[in-house]
Amino acid sequence: MTEATQVHGVLDSHGEKAARLESVYVYEAPVRLWHWINAAAIVALATTGYFIASPPPSTPGEASAQFLMGYIRFAHFSAGYVLAVALLMRIYWAFVGNEHARQIFYLPVWDRKWLWGVLHELRWYLFLAKAPKKYIGHNPLGHLVMHGFMLTLAFLIVTGFALYSEGAGRDSWQYALFGWVFSIWPNSQDVHTWHHLAMWGVVLFVIIHIYTAVREDIVSRQSLISSIISGERVFRDEADK
Amino acid sequence: METFYDVIRRQGVTRRSFTKFCSLTAASLGLGSTAAVKMAHALETNPRIPVIWMHGLECTCCSESFIRSAHPLAKDVVLSMISLDYDDTIMAAAGHQAEAILEETKEKYKGKYILAVEGNPPLNEGGMFCIDGGKPFVEKLKWMAEDAMAIIAWGACASWGCVQAAKPNPTQATPIDKVIKDKPIIKVPGCPPIAEVMTGVVTYVTTFGRLPELDRQGRPKMFYSQRIHDKCYRRPHFDAGQFVEEWDDEAARKGHCLYKMGCKGPTTYNACSTVRWNGGVSFPIQSGHGCIGCSEEDFWDKGSFYDRLTKIQQFGIEHNADEVGLAAAAVVGGAVAVHAGVTAVKRITTKHDG
Repeated sequence: MTEATQVHGVLDSHGEKAARLESVYVYEAPVRLWHWINAAAIVALATTGYFIASPPPSTPGEASAQFLMGYIRFAHFSAGYVLAVALLMRIYWAFVGNEHARQIFYLPVWDRKWLWGVLHELRWYLFLAKAPKKYIGHNPLGHLVMHGFMLTLAFLIVTGFALYSEGAGRDSWQYALFGWVFSIWPNSQDVHTWHHLAMWGVVLFVIIHIYTAVREDIVSRQSLISSIISGERVFRDEADK
Repeated sequence: METFYDVIRRQGVTRRSFTKFCSLTAASLGLGSTAAVKMAHALETNPRIPVIWMHGLECTCCSESFIRSAHPLAKDVVLSMISLDYDDTIMAAAGHQAEAILEETKEKYKGKYILAVEGNPPLNEGGMFCIDGGKPFVEKLKWMAEDAMAIIAWGACASWGCVQAAKPNPTQATPIDKVIKDKPIIKVPGCPPIAEVMTGVVTYVTTFGRLPELDRQGRPKMFYSQRIHDKCYRRPHFDAGQFVEEWDDEAARKGHCLYKMGCKGPTTYNACSTVRWNGGVSFPIQSGHGCIGCSEEDFWDKGSFYDRLTKIQQFGIEHNADEVGLAAAAVVGGAVAVHAGVTAVKRITTKHDG
């Protein structure tokens, strides 16, 4: 027995006792790493992607002295590769990681309890339910949105590589793997438009994601923001359990 | 069937010159002495491939382009390389005389002729929007396709549908590959296709006796595997970030990249930036206008030729992806702000309960 388990709660210098909190290790290191790599890559991709679609004002001087669009596109492609490799690593981790690492890859639509959970969380966000339920992983509504985000991400990666293959050439492995996108949209102008729209889908996700993470951290009395740094989820009300 | 040898002799080349040509060619290709005999044999026995050239809903710009080919000259293609047995816009025969040729070719060269189709058939109202020789064109097309070796779909019309298939497509004009499913089809898109690309495709088929390698969309890889953008001589200005911002600005005069003016070069597969037009004189971008993407699927329905970002028509009024995305972000952002406000008010008013 260690000392920590003998002392219930933590004492400060005035002898005030902090409540004992329930904490569960949910997000393993690769999952957290993936989250932050994604965050960085998405910021880079959305910014550079925007400038590829709507380039900044023209550069002066000789063309041979400038490479602005080249650098923007290079940054976009590099970040795209990072995003894709990170997703592959994350998929691998879904197989070897803990139970929570698998959660966002599928929706338990056959589970009535989960479906009611989605409804309850919807009611909670519409201020109709008094209190949210506490879940160790994502709550059912969050789970649903995360799954949608994963699909959007996959769509962006697939269309992104398809568009990349246009420059890489018909003999490239990118075209061999992702050229089928052009069987769906023969005119790559459409692929550009869908890729662009999906980017805005991710922007919407980011707005909602950050808002709900902050909000639930405060209102639902469970840690979210520190959890994606430490991996531990802390539930602040013992009584609720 | 007339062979290549017959044509060569008819053009005044002697037997002696012909054998000389064969041995010289074999020697210069490093093929050895037996190859000369094989080559002569091939030219003496291989028949000129009969070509039937039909016209559906079209504007004849493909024919106009074709007859301006410089390498090879269109007259060499038509008179020496192929046997152009039927082409209703340029042939001398007319009426029943002309239609009889179709019947004859279909019987005599079953499975051996090439069907070149310019334009496409409209399918609405039983195909009556295009009547050719007293019958709907779609029937004539299906009938001649039955016994063809392969079909060449000339131009954007035959390949994708083009302007007559643009929304709302009242005649239901339909590209060839959606009508004929059981024959190899070579798409040669463009509005029109480049003359040398057209004769190049024909030359390939007659020289090698087989179809050129096609890409996923059924286009010959040798002409359609790269974008205009990839081979554009203004590409360095794109990479440098130097764009024409207005039609009459300094950059336009200096010949900078037309990306911001809606050039469709980055999404268009064609050979304009390499082969160019009118015997290699120029091509649209060289003349200061962006590519309009005329060889791409439904290029009429992809918004303005001058928009950098494609307009999306599904949202009622036309908007591009950024406008749609920004509007959605504003709505969601606003909703989040309101939600946060309500959450805060709720927390203040119910603080003591929890």
